[in-house]
Amino acid sequence: MEMLVAAITVFVLAVFVGFEIITKVPPTLHTPLMSGSNAISGITLIGAVISTRTDNPKLATILGVCAVAFAMINVVGGYMVTHRMLDMFKGKR
Amino acid sequence: MGGFKIDIGWVNLAYVVASVLFINGLKGLTHPRTAVRGNLTSAVGMLLAVVVTLLANGLDYTWILVGAVIGGLVGAVAATRVQMTQMPEMVALFNGFGGGASVLVAGAAFLIASEPDAQMTVSTGLSGLIGSVTFTGSMIAFLKLAEIMPGRQLGFPGIKAFNALMGLGALGCVAWLTVDPTAVLAYWLIVAIAAVLGVTLTIPIGGADMPVVISLLNSYSGLAAAATGFVLMNNVLIIAGSLVGASGIILTRIMCKAMNRSLTNVLFGTMGPSADGPSADDVYGGKVKATSPDEVAMMLETAQRVLVVPGYGLAVAQAQHIVRDMANILESRGITVEYGIHPVAGRMPGHMNVLLAEADVPYDKLREMDDINNEISQIDVCMVVGANDVVNPAARTDPKSPIAGMPIIDVDKARTVVVVKRSLSPGFAGIPNPLFAMDNCLMMFGDGKKALTELVHALKEG
Repeated sequence: MEMLVAAITVFVLAVFVGFEIITKVPPTLHTPLMSGSNAISGITLIGAVISTRTDNPKLATILGVCAVAFAMINVVGGYMVTHRMLDMFKGKR
Repeated sequence: MGGFKIDIGWVNLAYVVASVLFINGLKGLTHPRTAVRGNLTSAVGMLLAVVVTLLANGLDYTWILVGAVIGGLVGAVAATRVQMTQMPEMVALFNGFGGGASVLVAGAAFLIASEPDAQMTVSTGLSGLIGSVTFTGSMIAFLKLAEIMPGRQLGFPGIKAFNALMGLGALGCVAWLTVDPTAVLAYWLIVAIAAVLGVTLTIPIGGADMPVVISLLNSYSGLAAAATGFVLMNNVLIIAGSLVGASGIILTRIMCKAMNRSLTNVLFGTMGPSADGPSADDVYGGKVKATSPDEVAMMLETAQRVLVVPGYGLAVAQAQHIVRDMANILESRGITVEYGIHPVAGRMPGHMNVLLAEADVPYDKLREMDDINNEISQIDVCMVVGANDVVNPAARTDPKSPIAGMPIIDVDKARTVVVVKRSLSPGFAGIPNPLFAMDNCLMMFGDGKKALTELVHALKEG
C-alpha cells in the first residue's frame, strides 16, 4: 500500500509538471511535440528489457522481445522524425 | 525486481536523472530555437535509462538485440522516408506500437509475478486495457488517415450499446483478475475485448475529427506506459508516461476547442449537415465574383500587408512551395506577407506549420488565429488557399449553423479576400460559405497549384 501511494504521488505530480510545460509549447511545434512525446512513451522499452530475464518463463521472454521491437520503433522512429521536423524550423530566415 | 549488477539505488537514481532530462527536453520544445536541443536532451535521457536497465543480471542480450535491431530499423526507415503530409498516419502508427508494447510488457510481468497482489493485478488489467485500445484504435486511425479505409463515419446499428457492453465486460474482467490474481485468462480476455473496443470506438469517427482522435490516442499511449509503470513499480515509466498523457490531453482539448465541440460529441456524437440551413443557391445566387490571376497580381502589387490563410487543400495540391515563391516575390517588393494558421488547418495539431516549414517559410511569419484576428482589418489582401470551414463567417453570425461558435479566422474583415478554390463545393461541414458571396471577396477558381503558378507568372511579368 505504501509503495502504491508513493507511485500515485509521483504520477499526480508528473501530470501537473506535464500540464505546466506543455501548455507553453506554441502551436507551431505541436506536431513535433506529438512525435517527440511518442518517442518518450517508448520508455516502455525498459519494462520490455527487464521481461527478457532468462530465469523468467519462456513466454515472458518472447513477449518481452516483441515489446522491445515495438518500443524501439517508437524510440528510434519518434526521435528521428522529430529531429527531422525541428531541423526545418531551425534558423532559416 | 532486484538482481542488478550495481546497487538498485544507483539504477533508480539514474532513472531520476532520465526523468529530469525528459522534462527539460519537453521544455526545450517551448521555442523553435531551443527545440532541436530539447529533443536531443530527451533522447539522451532515454539512452541513459536504457543503458542502466541493461545492467540488470541475467538478461537475454541476444534476443534483446534482435528485437532492438528489428524495431530500430523499422523506426529509422519510417522516420526518414515519411512525407510531411503523411505525418498524422505515422504518429497514429507509432502511438499504436506504444500501446502494443505496454500490453506485452504488462502480460509478461503478470507471468513472472509469483504471487501478484491486488495493486499489481489492477494495474496490469488497466495497462492491458488502455494499451490494447490504443493499439487497435491507432491502427484504425492509421488506416483511415492513409485512406486505406474510407475516412467517413462507419458503424452498425447499436454500436454505442455494444461499446458500453464491451467496456463493462472489460472492467468486469479487471475485477475478476483482482479477485483471482492467478487468472491469466482474464488478462488476455481484457486485451481481446479492448482490442475490439479500440476498433468499434474509432470507426464511427469521421475524417474531420481525426486531429482530436490522434491527440487522444497519443494521450492513451502515455497513460498505458504509466500504467505499466505501476505494474513494475518503476518511477521513470510512471513519470514519462504521465508527461505524454498530459501532453495528449492538452492537445485534445485544444483541438476540441478549435472545432467548438466537446470530446463526448466527437467520440459519440454525429455531426450531420443541418437540413434547414440556407441552401447554396440562397447564399451564392448571383453574388459570387470570379477573378483572374492577372487581376489578383495587380491587387497584390499595390498591397502593403498580405495574409495567406492555408487549409489542408493547399497540402493536397502540394502548393506550399508555390505559395512561398509568391511570398518571396512580394517580399522583395517590400510587401509584408504573413500566414494565418487555424489550429485545425491540417490533419493533426500543428500540421500546417510543419508543411509550411518544409517549404522554407520562416516560423516567425506563421501567426496564430487569435493573434492575427486582432489585426485582420489592416490586411489589404487575404489569400485563402484550400481552406473553407475555418474561414466561414456563419460560425460567428448564424447561431443555427452546424459550425456556430467555432472559432474562425475572420478573413471577411480584411479589405479584400481572394479565395483560391476549385469550385463552390462545401468543406467537411457540408454547408455553404457566405464569405464567397461577400462584396470584398473574389473567387480565383482552379486547382490551387496551377492557379498560383499563373499568379506567380503574372507577378513576375507585372
